Amino acid sequence: MIASSKRSPLTYLVHATVLFLVVIWTIPTAGLFISSIRDKDQLSVSGWWTALSTSEQRIVDRANGPSAQAQEGDLFVIRGNLLTNSSAKVTKFGFSSLEPEAFSAGDLAEMRKGQTLQVMPNGDYALSSPTEWKGSRGQRIFYTAEVPPRFTLDNYREVLSAEGLGQSFLNSLTVTIPATIIPILVAAFAAYALAWMRFPGRALLVAAVVGLLVVPLQMSLIPLLKSYNLIGEFFGVGSKTYVGIWLAHTGFGLPLAIYLLRNYIAGLPGEIIESARVDGASDFDIFRKIILPLSFPALASFAIFQFLWVWNDLLIAMVFLGNNEEHLVLTGQLRELLGSRGGNWEILTASAFITIIVPLCVFFSLQRYLVRGLLAGSVK
Amino acid sequence: MAQLASALVTMLLGVLGCAVYFYGSNVLLDKVFPTKSGPAQKVARNLRISNTIRPWLFLGPAVLLLTFYLFYPVIDSIRLSFFDRSGDEFVGISNYVWLFNSDEFFESFRNNMLWLIVVPTAATFFGLIIATMTDRIWWGNIAKSLIFMPMAISFIGASVIWKFIYDFRSGDDAQIGLLNAIVVFFGGEPQNWITIPFWNNFFLMIILIWIQTGFAMVILSAALRGIPDETIEAAVLDGANGVQIFFKIMVPQIWGTIAVVWTTITILVLKVFDIVLAMTNGQWDTQVLANQMFDWMFRGGGDFGRGAVVAIVIMVLVIPIMIWNIKRANAEMEGR
Repeated sequence: MIASSKRSPLTYLVHATVLFLVVIWTIPTAGLFISSIRDKDQLSVSGWWTALSTSEQRIVDRANGPSAQAQEGDLFVIRGNLLTNSSAKVTKFGFSSLEPEAFSAGDLAEMRKGQTLQVMPNGDYALSSPTEWKGSRGQRIFYTAEVPPRFTLDNYREVLSAEGLGQSFLNSLTVTIPATIIPILVAAFAAYALAWMRFPGRALLVAAVVGLLVVPLQMSLIPLLKSYNLIGEFFGVGSKTYVGIWLAHTGFGLPLAIYLLRNYIAGLPGEIIESARVDGASDFDIFRKIILPLSFPALASFAIFQFLWVWNDLLIAMVFLGNNEEHLVLTGQLRELLGSRGGNWEILTASAFITIIVPLCVFFSLQRYLVRGLLAGSVK
Repeated sequence: MAQLASALVTMLLGVLGCAVYFYGSNVLLDKVFPTKSGPAQKVARNLRISNTIRPWLFLGPAVLLLTFYLFYPVIDSIRLSFFDRSGDEFVGISNYVWLFNSDEFFESFRNNMLWLIVVPTAATFFGLIIATMTDRIWWGNIAKSLIFMPMAISFIGASVIWKFIYDFRSGDDAQIGLLNAIVVFFGGEPQNWITIPFWNNFFLMIILIWIQTGFAMVILSAALRGIPDETIEAAVLDGANGVQIFFKIMVPQIWGTIAVVWTTITILVLKVFDIVLAMTNGQWDTQVLANQMFDWMFRGGGDFGRGAVVAIVIMVLVIPIMIWNIKRANAEMEGR
């Protein structure tokens, strides 16, 4: 490369530019994560970048009703506390919606007919009146509170139980694991046959695989949906089953799997295979004892691809598994939540993070294989 | 717990079934046509027979699956495009007539063209720039890893992430979406970005660019490393500056790889539907072909004829790339 030995201003520019780009590329995900562990009341009123600073919230609350009043001397007093969060602090308060910040905490606010309201910074309030309080509803109190930053896992707890994410997580695993392993087995045998066995029509098959590599899924969906309905009717089962989606993912993943693995297996040294043949090993033995162990890196690459692809897939899951509650996978669930809980960012951010955490772990731990697979698939 | 247990059992059964087929069929072949012992003539004949059959044992499941899941459906989609909504009655070319008279189709076709121009260009461009720069700094691999990361995130997850960035609060409420917060910080007026016709397409494209740049970067970075040092040293000796070296020496040498990256992303763009579905579901003039097709598949109980027509348009757009790919693969096989 053209790495110059001396440090030029250009080098600093490169550092700065790359840093800038990295920040832009990471900030969206970081924002999601930070938001998902914030308190939901804070999340909805302030941006996640303010997560570490104290936030100001304007709140309206009702004091306890007249039934809670007590006589103190010749005054009737209602006492209570406004704050649910003990570390928050009241700064300003008021008793009218026109002037919600009319008084500082600690001041004594004069209301009508000699009634007074006092709110202390810790949230304690006292309403006092020379005559008895009447009616059933409490006085409205407007106040501004400074709430210190608060991080919590409540959002996760909520989505995992109440929003059905836990069930979807299991469904996703149920779909993904077989849909990753079956195509590897099927493709590895086919790839070996296409690379090292001699039979008529081999070149045609390879060309067909390359052609099918780019066929848009959309082309397959409608005919397959029809076939699935017919088959489901014939066997008297529903058309939306796990077996159905495993096979669908297998079918759609096969072209890439065969292509990747064939390229790799064809590149293995021919002498090993020939000498094994001479020693009387059958093709099945050669495949099992020589090819499989040697092509482990390629198998791993494809496995990661297929895993990410199946886990992240929405289209096939929606068409072949439907969107009823018990079969919903994570991506489908997230989509449902986007529709039904569009504004509840505490739920959306936590759910989104749950759906992306598994692929992210796979990605960071097995990145090397992923890169290798990408290169084998494209740079040839 | 019961779900997990039954899931595990079914998983094992599925995987085991596969293994049993390959193992069993091969053992069976060896039993029926023994090649290990017996008279020499018979062994030779058996060997010939089993050598003819065995490739198809290996290929069998793959060929069946490819036929059922890809080859047959493509043919059947073409047939269905001439049939009515339920796929039973032949209606001639009326689905095509409908398509070319529908405004929705032209809207999604226009948007798809925009996507096809903008996304592969931007992702390849950023990928190339980042690949070039990260190769020169010591923490380049960490930077690459972070820029590559969105590749692991589902389109729907990415949509949530970006919807949060584009979030809009009306009135004087504090903006919790990053983009509007920045706009407000610089004294601008907050906007509901994804509802602004035409421009909202670009806000959706940013999501896919964000995901795909890492892919372009990884592949182009490997290609850049493959450039022989001599060519660059020669250029340096001849007095070329950095920009000239980049555009006149490095880029021409990786032209083939750039084309591969470009076409790969192009194919992906044609199929993209999750992002549009999640962000706008085609409202505010953001419809694309893939989402329109999905829509027709289920709208009002589903119209298979019209859905199939839209699918065929996508297929037609892919065909040139498919032919180019096959030619490339053939040339490569002959080179082996």
